[in-house]
Amino acid sequence: MQKIKELVIERTLLASSLITIAVTIGIVLVLSIETFRFFGEVSIVDFFTDTQWTPLFTEKHFGILPLLSGTLLTSFIAILVALPIGLTISIYLSEYAPRSFRKTIKPLLELLASIPTVVYGFFALIVVTPFLQQIIPSLSGFNSLSAGIVMGIMIIPYISSISEDAMHAVPRSLREASFGMGATKLQTAFKVIVPAGSSGIIVSIILAISRAIGETMIVAIAAGQQPRLTLDPTVPVETITAYIVQVSLGDVQHGSLEYRTIFAAGITLFVFTFLLNTISYRIRKKYQEKYE
Amino acid sequence: MEITMKPSIKRMKTVESVFDPSLKKVPKIDLQGVKVWYDDFMAIKGIDMTIKQNSITAFIGPSGCGKSTFLRLINRMNDYVDGFKMEGKIKIDGDNIYKKKVNVEELRKKIGMVFQKPNPFPKSIFDNVAYGLKIQGIKDKQFIKERVVSSLKQVALWDEVKDDLKKSGMALSGGQQQRLCIARTLAVEPSIILMDEPTSSLDPISTAKIEDLIFQLKEKYTIVIVTHNMQQASRISDYTAFFYLGELIEYDKTKTIFTNPEKKQTENYITGRFG
Repeated sequence: MQKIKELVIERTLLASSLITIAVTIGIVLVLSIETFRFFGEVSIVDFFTDTQWTPLFTEKHFGILPLLSGTLLTSFIAILVALPIGLTISIYLSEYAPRSFRKTIKPLLELLASIPTVVYGFFALIVVTPFLQQIIPSLSGFNSLSAGIVMGIMIIPYISSISEDAMHAVPRSLREASFGMGATKLQTAFKVIVPAGSSGIIVSIILAISRAIGETMIVAIAAGQQPRLTLDPTVPVETITAYIVQVSLGDVQHGSLEYRTIFAAGITLFVFTFLLNTISYRIRKKYQEKYE
Repeated sequence: MEITMKPSIKRMKTVESVFDPSLKKVPKIDLQGVKVWYDDFMAIKGIDMTIKQNSITAFIGPSGCGKSTFLRLINRMNDYVDGFKMEGKIKIDGDNIYKKKVNVEELRKKIGMVFQKPNPFPKSIFDNVAYGLKIQGIKDKQFIKERVVSSLKQVALWDEVKDDLKKSGMALSGGQQQRLCIARTLAVEPSIILMDEPTSSLDPISTAKIEDLIFQLKEKYTIVIVTHNMQQASRISDYTAFFYLGELIEYDKTKTIFTNPEKKQTENYITGRFG
């Protein structure tokens, strides 16, 4: 009887893990098949070289570059905000803050990542943009600047928390060696701790970028829905994710070419985040080996 | 030498001149009425002691007797420990290093420390040795290079690593790593070197090399070494201090301690009857 029970439990566990794998494979398959069909109608060269993305217009263009530039521009602004702030916080928490303070402040910071992104989106649209318009009068109501800044705030804890973990994991003996030679805390932090924890810090940055690229709500609300190939942060743009939302919510006919653009855009996004996650996984594995 | 005296970077023209012992006064360490607490636990219960210059002083005693704590008082390394409290005076050539306004970083530049486990930085061999000079703001590349080479030669590591100074310090063997750490300490020219069980994680051959090295260093430095190894204490030190439960039980010439100790406790410990 006991044996049968064990067997049932074992099989159930196996089945649940297989389901997860099956779902993942299913998603990738659907993405690939629909993308394949899409490229049956649209030239892959156009997809990567055309500078316009107007699948919903009468004159259709299928160039992914405008969406890609929107995604990269907002993500770049987000990293520009999150990296210095996140690193400063992590260095402070790891090297300067008293232990009790660190223990309270870290979970609080991580709360930033758990605020619903729709809240961030509205915050960007109705608080940050009007505020920025006082400084930059030419700023559009929808723009990548405020979306990027708010997204940057959202991903601060990704950088600060993981980097802090990495710096905290640097053996105490290295700090003592540095202090013992007459180094100040600041010198120790920048010349010993940050280099020693660099792999973890890089992982945190990659994860944050990956998060920013995949972020949907903030950019859909605050960055606009006008795909354009530009590096100007003050005008409306559209990201890949925002485009997918736009089409999914619209009345595009199932099975049409417009419908398939979602998958072509989706797989582009997937390739990006997949690559970034793989890189960070590799670095993390290497880094674990180093300290064990 | 007074505490505020900088290692006078400008005067150090050539490596040879700096390593000339006649240019440098080796200090004496005076510890007066030293008591240490970690929160409510009293780790050092009032110790007076004078450590002589140009000699090797060994601290021995069972684990938890306070010898490491005592050693780390001399370069204020305990300052970072939570709940650390201290009373008493520690004078280096007459200057109390625990008085207010002492620049701890400047102090530590003159007091090198070698730790129990080799702890090279995850940097190249060259950068490991150059670290102390670089944090002092020395930019002269030629000077740094000369100093790195002479320090590595001093610890007899030069011949083993001269062809791959760019290799990571962590890629060396344990014994080489520890010699690298000593070279790193010597490069900034301290006048006192504190060693906290420097050979406890090394094999006998590496240990012998480090002991030889320590023996040579006493010409130019005041060396204090904590050790669990009785033979080591008797082999290399001139003076030996026996600590027990936060007190200094006996302190005398090493020869006396090991052949004719005054206290029963000391005798029991060095003959291996407890500890």
